[in-house]
Amino acid sequence: MFGFNSFEPYFCASEIFEKKTIMGLIKSSIARKVAMALSGLFLVFFLGQHFVINISSVIDPDTFNSWSHFMGTNGLVQFVLQPVLIFGVVFHFVMGFILELQNRKARAINYKSFKGNLSASWASRNMLISGVVVLAFLGLHFYDFWVPEIVHKYIETHPEDPTRYFPELVHKFESPVRVGLYALSFVLLIFHLWHGFASAFQSVGFNNKYSVGLTKFAKFYAVLIPIGFVFIALYHHFNQIPH
Amino acid sequence: MKLTLKIWRQKNAQTKGNMQTYPIDGIEGDMSFLEMLDVLNTQLIDKGEEPVVFDHDCREGICGTCSLQINGEPHGPDRLITTCQLHMRKFNDGDTIVIEPFRAKAFPVIKDLMVDRSSFERIQQAGGYISVNTSGNTIDANAIPIEKEHADESFNAAACIGCGACVAACKNASAMLFTAAKVSQFALLPQGQVEASRRVLNMVEQMDKEGFGNCTNTGACEIECPKGISLENIARMNREYLSASLKG
Repeated sequence: MFGFNSFEPYFCASEIFEKKTIMGLIKSSIARKVAMALSGLFLVFFLGQHFVINISSVIDPDTFNSWSHFMGTNGLVQFVLQPVLIFGVVFHFVMGFILELQNRKARAINYKSFKGNLSASWASRNMLISGVVVLAFLGLHFYDFWVPEIVHKYIETHPEDPTRYFPELVHKFESPVRVGLYALSFVLLIFHLWHGFASAFQSVGFNNKYSVGLTKFAKFYAVLIPIGFVFIALYHHFNQIPH
Repeated sequence: MKLTLKIWRQKNAQTKGNMQTYPIDGIEGDMSFLEMLDVLNTQLIDKGEEPVVFDHDCREGICGTCSLQINGEPHGPDRLITTCQLHMRKFNDGDTIVIEPFRAKAFPVIKDLMVDRSSFERIQQAGGYISVNTSGNTIDANAIPIEKEHADESFNAAACIGCGACVAACKNASAMLFTAAKVSQFALLPQGQVEASRRVLNMVEQMDKEGFGNCTNTGACEIECPKGISLENIARMNREYLSASLKG
């Protein structure tokens, strides 16, 4: 079939190996997986930054007021980073749902007996459940904090008061129901991050001798940050400022 | 040993299947799982009933033909073995054993427990090879020095027998571990470098076309793989894919 000393196999192969375009990359399952990982890592980084600001409310209210004032009034944060963050959240959830639908279609008939728990953790098998709870919490969080903040600044256009942030935060944690929902959501966030954070490195192709250490750090972070948020909520709930 | 077997029966790809129950007696612990099914089929034939159709060939764990989801796990309740290597001593007298075909849209049932895994072959055909002129001047592969670690890792990836347990075990029916093993076995060797980019792009594209699900890194595939193919191969394939895509 192939001539002596010829490169015919390569010419034949070139018909099969078509040149791939950027559209091919967008449609590919690996590209989507990497996009999920990168948006997830971005949200994990944001969560850490959010935690650092919030924990300052427990340590020193003035620092919390000053950092919150900066975040709330800085043009770069408000008009560049905030839209990027909202896009990151929406993208991560929309892509998560699209991938889940594709995955369900990939097994049209379910097993009568399937022992998924013997080979994979609950957290890794139920990212949709933990993700939906976190999404519901984000809806509440936007309604509770973000919407009033936007109304205060851009609709009612109140004069800026750099000392208002701490009392407003403490007041939000007055209701035990709100604190309970807040704590429940963060427990589910632990499960989501427990699998998601470490798994993001595998998705972007990072699996080497440093992976064990990185996974330990990711799992430590997955527990520490949400528990820290719950602690902040409980701390302010039990240390209400007298009206 | 007395057992109750609950087996998926399906006439052909077009008809709907269902679980049917078969009591079976006289099973010995030293029998393999497939020998137990042979006993059942002999009994069914003696009674004038249709025997249960299932895939098998070498019966020594190297061909990748036998499949079966046994009590909710591909290749049954043991690690690093195929169904033909599973012995009945793993079960107890009086047990009920649920036997189903590997389930995935890309593995349609042909009959009973036999599924069509030609989607794996099409993934291989999309690039799982190297183009070598074999007309008399082939260079001996051993003439090319290869780092020991790379040779070992490549060999480990090449141990994949393409049985499909990774797809069967994955909650998303993803074929990433299989494709990654077939990409890795060449990506780690100098002979595989010439076609490396085209190989990974085309094999992943074919994998997606076949309708397998997306990998969510649960790791079930690695645990259930009879050859212990590592998740490192998936990370390697992701790197190869990204690098090939960015090169254009």
